[in-house]
Parts: sequence; C-alpha cells; structure tokens
Amino acid sequence: MKIVVPVKLIPDLVEELSIDPSGTALDMTWMRLVINELDHHAIEQAILLKEKFGAEVIVMAPDLEGADDVLFTAAAAGADRLIRIIGLGESFNNHTLAAVCQPIMVDINPDMILTGVQATDDLDGQLGPILAERLKMHYIGYIAGMSLENDSLILNKEFPGGLVAKMKVELPAVVGIQAAESPPRYIAYSRVRQARNSAEIEDIQTTVVDTNLSPAITRMFQPEAEERAQILSGSLDEISDQMIKILKEAGVV
Amino acid sequence: MDYGNVQVSESVNQAFMNSIFAYPNGSRMRTCIQCGTCAGVCPYGPWMEFTPRKIIHALRMNEFEEVLKSESVWMCISCFACANACPQEIPLTDVLMARLKEEMLLAGNIPQELQDALENTQRYGNPMGESPRKRGEWIKALSPAVPLLGRDHQSVDVLWYVGDYASYHPAAILATIAFAKILRVLGVDFGILGSLENSDGDSQRLAGEKGLFEMLADKNAQIFSKFQFNEIVTTDPHAFNAFKNEYPKLGINFPVRHYTQFLADHLAEITLMLKKEIDAAVAFHDPCYLGRVNQIYEPPRQLLRAIPGVELVEMSHNRSNSLCCGGGGGGMWLDGYTWEIAETRSSEWRIQEVVPAKPIEDILTVLSPTRKVSKKNGNGKTANIPSRRILAVACPYEKPRFEDAKKVVPGAGNLEVMDIAELLADSMGL
Repeated sequence: MKIVVPVKLIPDLVEELSIDPSGTALDMTWMRLVINELDHHAIEQAILLKEKFGAEVIVMAPDLEGADDVLFTAAAAGADRLIRIIGLGESFNNHTLAAVCQPIMVDINPDMILTGVQATDDLDGQLGPILAERLKMHYIGYIAGMSLENDSLILNKEFPGGLVAKMKVELPAVVGIQAAESPPRYIAYSRVRQARNSAEIEDIQTTVVDTNLSPAITRMFQPEAEERAQILSGSLDEISDQMIKILKEAGVV
Repeated sequence: MDYGNVQVSESVNQAFMNSIFAYPNGSRMRTCIQCGTCAGVCPYGPWMEFTPRKIIHALRMNEFEEVLKSESVWMCISCFACANACPQEIPLTDVLMARLKEEMLLAGNIPQELQDALENTQRYGNPMGESPRKRGEWIKALSPAVPLLGRDHQSVDVLWYVGDYASYHPAAILATIAFAKILRVLGVDFGILGSLENSDGDSQRLAGEKGLFEMLADKNAQIFSKFQFNEIVTTDPHAFNAFKNEYPKLGINFPVRHYTQFLADHLAEITLMLKKEIDAAVAFHDPCYLGRVNQIYEPPRQLLRAIPGVELVEMSHNRSNSLCCGGGGGGMWLDGYTWEIAETRSSEWRIQEVVPAKPIEDILTVLSPTRKVSKKNGNGKTANIPSRRILAVACPYEKPRFEDAKKVVPGAGNLEVMDIAELLADSMGL
C-alpha cells in the first residue's frame, strides 16, 4: 500500500505578519515557514497506518525554506520516500499546487493521499478536494482516526456539535485529516540528524505551473477596527443617566 | 523470561547498563548498596514508581522493561539532590536519570508539555517558542543601548550570555535589566549576542535530549568563535553549568563565571555604590546548578550582606541541601504533568519554608542567633523588625516559579521574590 502525504509550508505566526508594498501579499522579508499543523497530523496518521498495516509512506513538500527539515523529520518518524517539488517559486495557491502534484501522484499511483484538512493560507479552497477532483478520487475530510478493512478505509468523520460518523470509503481516496489518532510523536534531534545523513530527498521538477487557476488577490489588509467603545465618566448618578439615555436612543428600553 | 504478558529482553537491559558504564564514573552504578538515600532525599521520591534505587534494582533483576513502561522518571527535576547525597557517588542525576529520559524520549514517550518545549528549542533555539529575532527585545527598555556583538562591537572584555528565560520571561527580564545597569555603572566593557544567541541546552540535556544539546552547543560555539572576548558571564546557572562542565566534554572551551561570582569579585567597588538601605529580612535560595552542582555558595551571600539594611537569614534547606524550585532539567516544561500527579510543587514547599508561621522576629532569632533584636539603621535611628521579607534568587527560572507559588501559599502575600541583581541595582539607586 502506498500512502502519499503532500505537505504545505505556511507562515509561522511566531513572527508578526505584515503586508508587502504591493498590498496584495504578505511581506516575506522576515517570514518563517512552518509545516501546516494538520499536515503534521497527516504524516503521523500515515506512519501509524504503516506501523499497523504495513505501507510505503511518501512525503512531498514544495521546495521552500524549511522543506528539508520537514522532510528529514518525516523520514526520522518513519517515512520511506521524500520528494521535494522544484520550480513552484515562493508564492502559489492550492489550485497550482494541486495541478503540480497531479502528474506526480499519477506516477506514484497511491492507494491513499492523506493531507491536512485545511491550512491558514487556504485562500482558494482546500488542497485535498482540489487534488481529489483532479485525480478523480473519492474525498472525505475532517477525519480523526481511521482503520483499514480489506480495500476500504473506515474513517471517523467529525461534524459540528461533537457528532462523529463512521464512514467507509473504497480506495484509492484522498483524506483530509483533522487529527491523527494520537498526536504527532516527538522526534529526537539525534534521529533527525541521523535521517539527514542517511535519507535522500528526490527532487521532482514541475512541468505545469498555471497561476491563473484561482481568483487573484486585489487587496490584503490587517483587520480594521472601528471605534465602538465609549467610556462614560462622572458620578454614579451621571453615568446612570447617560447610560439610560444611550439605551433609550438605541431602542433597547 | 516471561512475566505474564511482559517479554523481558536481556539485551535491552544490558544495553542500557552498558551505556551507563560508558560514562565517566558510570561504572560506580555497580557499587550501589541499595540504601535508598536517593529516594529519601528526592523531592518527588514519594510519587515515583521507580526511584534511582529501584531503577538500579530493576536493572540488576533484568527487569528494565518494567522501568520503561513507567513514566515516573518524568517526575525527576534533575535537582542533583540524589547524586549529591549518594554515599557511593553514583552519577544518578546527569547519567542514570538523564539516560533513562533519553531512552523514553527516543521511543517518543514523553509528556506533551515537554515535547512542545523541545520542539520549540529545535525550531526557534528557545523552549518557549518565541521569535529568535525578539531575543534581544528587552534592551529597548534601556538607554543608553546595551551593546550588541556583531552590530556594535566585534571585541569586548565580557560576553554576557543572557539565556532563554532572562531574555523572554517578563518576570526574569527585570533582573536582566538590573544586571545591565550594574555592568554599566561598573564600567564593564561588555556585549550581548541578541538574536544570534541560542539556548545553552543544559535543561534539554538533563531532560534526555542529548542530541539537541549537542546541536545547540555547536551553534553557540560557532557564534562565540566569531567574536573576541576574555570571558563569558551569565545570570543563568544552567548556562553557567553547561559552559563550565558540559561544553568542554564536546571540545568547546570558553571561560565562564556566574554573575554573582563576577560581581563578588567587584565587591569593594560595589559596596561603595550601595547607598540605599533595604530594610528587609532576606533569605537566599541556592540554585541547584550554582550551589549543589558547582559549589558556589558564598558569592551570592557576600553580595546580599553588602547591601545596607539587609538581614540575611537562612532557610532550613540551604547550600548543598537547598530545595529545588522545580524548574531545572525540564521541570520548567513539566509543570502541569508534575502537578497532575503530585498536586503540589516543590516551589510551593520552598515558599512555605520561607513564610514564617511565627512572627518574623521569632524566626529571625532562631535562624540568626547572633542577630540583635534592635539595631541602628543608616539614619542612626533604632530599627526593630525588618519591614520587608524578601526571597532572593539568582536564577531566571526561580522568580517566575516562586512568584507563582506565592499565589497559592497562605501567608505569602507580603513576601517579595527578587533577584540579587535587582536588590543590588535598587540599593545603588539604578
């Protein structure tokens, strides 16, 4: 069984976000990138499936700053193949990423694609469904926990309000991971260092980069606060009078 | 051997023992007489399924896998009390317990809080997950600016290694700022590394993350080597311990002093500057890795005694018998875990020790028999009982921990927790 985990690197909120002079993108000067947390869970889930049922786990990431760390850490956790996607540039959306991943996925021919169900930079929809559409595979998202039964996956799908549905999907399928069965394990630094020395990253040059696959951003801006708070001052009686007046004007009393 | 469902592997047992024997003095583990002193002196011994004595016993009985199934090693706060008390001088804290933690950690079996701190250290070079760029932000509170190596100087007399908590934690930063002011008035030629600095890694090492410690040591050594300086001075006892005792084992040698040693060597000069009286009974908390591990007991006390008005008193646990604040060796990042099991913290016991159950005068008389009931203060007036009670600290872990502990210990409301640097700066009028 082959499980592929495409990983996204997203802005690390340890640094404050700022908008670049164009007003349509984040300023990347001090930006650090970090693995999307739910993709981290997807890797863990893939490793858990490998440990339980046996599988080849393939982790792929775009060639961005920090990609090597993510890939080698995945190898230290138990991933078997590491792929770095070359030629995407620094800025691309999920439609482009899915388009680029498509031929790579076709080539690998996986039984299962596990991906984080969402990421903070999903401006044009989530990667999983876009990828599933392109590959003509089933897609089920918001999954927390899964097991394998013959050629089908038994999935725990989370719904709002604490409801959980047990669903069955035939393979191959794309699964959007909400949480792995257990939180991502700690990978000791010595294991990462060992992986750096022993694991190999395969570079795959992208052939399709169509950046017009989703709406363009016309303006990016920080949340704009309006002045809403009014501080009342004076004696208790004066404040009470003012408050009653305001409430009457607002039609509340 | 088969113990029910437990398959005991002799090789795992033997491999672990061999890894201990490979350390300097590691083979002393063979000499354990099972006296149980380690368990008795351990602050968290009562909550440990496997105390150091029991771990050694299990190894001798070829039952190490039972130890690996227990999580009780995470109750160890690496305070060095067991190693200090062991009559056979077995390196219990930094070899046996740290190796066991490493074994747990390599198997991915660690509490989530500790995992977060270690992952943060891997990624950001500090356990809090703060931006490395903001490591030197505290200097913005000071004018004139604190010199940054690389930006302002390439060469200084003293490289001040600030450390994680002293750089980022709001309570610990007060001492950092005080020390900067003291260095300034002493005319010391110093500089800090700011965003170039990385965690010293000592607590991560004691929490079992040896590989991470080595990576951090290597990074720090590379940065240190870029500049010229005569010595490192640090306010952090763990950094002091790492640079003094652990980095040299990796071939990294830089002379280092704890700031209390550095300032005690300037005592004559400092004494002249200590103008303002601090009318307080002051108890000094010996940090484990300054005192018990490195036998530095007097310099902090010399500095406190030099402050006019200060009445230095001793708690029942002092010097080599000091009671850990609970922060070292990963304890700082296991606070919730430890509390869930013990429902108490060693920092709270320490506060209970310093909060007198009796009127302070009685306590002072007991603790300091030579103390006169009344004395002349700086103004020639008769002073009676010190108006303030202060727990003096000399480690950036301690102020946050003791200030938190104060909140839950009855009667601790008036107790102040202050770093020695803060007390000195206050008396100097800085």
